[in-house]
Amino acid sequence: MDQELVRLAINLGLPLLLLVLGYFTGTAFEHTHYRSIRLRERRWRRMPTLSFPRPLPQWQVQDTAMVTGSVVISLDYFKRFLAGLRGLVGGRVKSYESLLDRARREAILRMKESAHTAGFHAVVNLRLETSRLASSGRKGKGTAGVEILAFGTALKIADPARP
Amino acid sequence: MILSNTEDVPGRTIREFYGVVTGSTVRAKHIGRDLMAGLKNLVGGELKGYTELLQEARQEAMDRMAEQAQAIGANAVVNIRFSTSSVAQGAAELFAYGTAVRVE
Repeated sequence: MDQELVRLAINLGLPLLLLVLGYFTGTAFEHTHYRSIRLRERRWRRMPTLSFPRPLPQWQVQDTAMVTGSVVISLDYFKRFLAGLRGLVGGRVKSYESLLDRARREAILRMKESAHTAGFHAVVNLRLETSRLASSGRKGKGTAGVEILAFGTALKIADPARP
Repeated sequence: MILSNTEDVPGRTIREFYGVVTGSTVRAKHIGRDLMAGLKNLVGGELKGYTELLQEARQEAMDRMAEQAQAIGANAVVNIRFSTSSVAQGAAELFAYGTAVRVE
């Protein structure tokens, strides 16, 4: 009797504990991450970033280089559980939407930051790539994380005050 | 070596084409990093170890591509593309390719 109780507690209690842990830590991480993203996006808004390959005609390009920014991000246990439930009924999987949104914005910010550190003023031909990293467990069927890569060509402009 | 993902190098003219150059590397995760990532999978957030690992690997692929371009006498690689694929459990191939050219 006692043994069965213990087994029940472990079988039900552990996933429940992980759900609660995932819920609190995941929400906290997402909150602080979004705050940092908003702050840095305001800071980097004035760096022109274009998704087409031609520099603007008024730019006098002095130097170019490739810049990249990437991030590997993962869901928490609670959100993965929610996404699993969503898989039964269909519809929007909000937990993954916000995850990918965060990752994409973070990758672009990192790319801009690395362009700035290297002394560049603008980025053209921005491209974004998404790839899934298979985990080593469960015969590679699980997802260890999602990588978002942002890359483009950074430009050094002669008169960056008037981009 | 000038690297760019645009069709030409902004502000310069292409004089000669040398064809496609490629660079790739296959990397496996290290067990310590995998363990940490397993924990991170419970609480969510960035898997920093993986971010660094993939960044290093991508840099290596790009270096190999640039080396190949240099060996055939080019001074720039344009229209660079990347691709990432999970080839086996816990291993990923990072691949970079582009067109080697001579610019003035």
